[in-house]
Amino acid sequence: MRITQGTFSFLPDLTDDQIRAQIEYSLAQGWALSVEYTDDPHPRNTYWEMFGMPMFDLRDAAGVMAEIASARATFPDHYIKVNAFDSTHGVESLRLSFIVNRPEREPGFALVREEAAGRSIRYTVRSYAVDRPEGERYG
Amino acid sequence: MTTVPAKDDQEDIEATGGSGIADDPSEISLDPGAVLADSGVEELLATLDAELVGLAPVKTRIREIAALLLVEKLRAQVGLSAGPPSLHMSFTGNPGTGKTTIAMRMAEILHRLGYVRKGHVVAVTRDDLVGQYIGHTAPKTREVLKKAMGGVLFIDEAYYLYRPENERDYGQESIEILLQVMENQRDDLVVILAGYHDRMDRFFESNPGIRSRIAHHIDFPDYTPDELLAIARLMLDQMHYRLSVEAEAALVEYIELRRSQPSFANARSIRNALDRARLRQANRLVARRGQELTREELMTIEAQDIRASRVFGEEVQEPEAAVDDSAVRPS
Repeated sequence: MRITQGTFSFLPDLTDDQIRAQIEYSLAQGWALSVEYTDDPHPRNTYWEMFGMPMFDLRDAAGVMAEIASARATFPDHYIKVNAFDSTHGVESLRLSFIVNRPEREPGFALVREEAAGRSIRYTVRSYAVDRPEGERYG
Repeated sequence: MTTVPAKDDQEDIEATGGSGIADDPSEISLDPGAVLADSGVEELLATLDAELVGLAPVKTRIREIAALLLVEKLRAQVGLSAGPPSLHMSFTGNPGTGKTTIAMRMAEILHRLGYVRKGHVVAVTRDDLVGQYIGHTAPKTREVLKKAMGGVLFIDEAYYLYRPENERDYGQESIEILLQVMENQRDDLVVILAGYHDRMDRFFESNPGIRSRIAHHIDFPDYTPDELLAIARLMLDQMHYRLSVEAEAALVEYIELRRSQPSFANARSIRNALDRARLRQANRLVARRGQELTREELMTIEAQDIRASRVFGEEVQEPEAAVDDSAVRPS
């Protein structure tokens, strides 16, 4: 099951040229770019691992593209996303975040039922991928 | 580290988009004049000639490089590609001979011709590239390189990167990363190394990899006294000052004396001397309390403002030279 998190995730995967164009746009807006990765696809997993430091004061997408390439080489079977952070006073949050790499096979989610007090049932989802330990989940 | 943005940021999209190549092959202009006019490089070279005094060999080299890039562009349009030209450069010369200034202009020329996408200059020294402990250097160097992508990386006093006396120096690591990027990402950035002539020679001798990757070695000559005077006039003009006739004679003498002194830094020394002369002029004017000052007086630097300098040694006995020169040392 293809996970849909972040901007553009309902579209086909972006090509490198499209990614470059998005980064150029972000830089033109004065946003700082960063690259993050994870192998836990849970929709509430908002804290992905940073791949290197966030990149401030960049002028050209080439630097970010090099960072994405190196992230893909290191974690070919992880989810990798690019974040654009707007530091404008009063905004100070992500403006854009999109996935640039995903594992070959995405096993999807199981529905988990939990018996709670008073015979009530709590529902949650759990990715089949997280049955295995971190780092061995895909590929 | 300082980043100087490109002058015309608005043109970026245009420059990255088409790099001036027409869609319809029949419309391609192979007239160098037309392409020159189109890119605006000609005006840039003209302002270079007008605003920078002397430096004849440097200007010739820049014209040659601009011509080469232009012809490369025309060749590419008719399918005669020779691969992207190597644009890394080394500027050698004494302090204050205009290496940084030329680097800024160079970035603009390269940007106009479409060889760098953004045309900004990131000026760094050893401190910005080399880390303080193991594992610190590589990320630091990479970060600087990422900032310079799409523009020009200007490494001032580049010979400090290599310290032969300490074999565990992290500078070598930085050089290796630099070399890798200079070789593999030639379209993404242009590296300009700058430094004093003899030290750069030694640096290149011990790092043949760098020498062979730098296509253009440009040597900056020292300024002649006449050129220094012209520079002084230009600087004063920009600051809306003028020299009285006697002050100009004093400045000529000053330049002669200062040139023979140690740590003479060409145009930079002149700028510092003028800054101190302004200081003395201001002090002289303030000392005349209770009098209306004319516009002329506010503009004029008198001989005594210059002659109060230390360079003239004990010759100065003018009572007006009230400024304590020990507080304002000549550089």
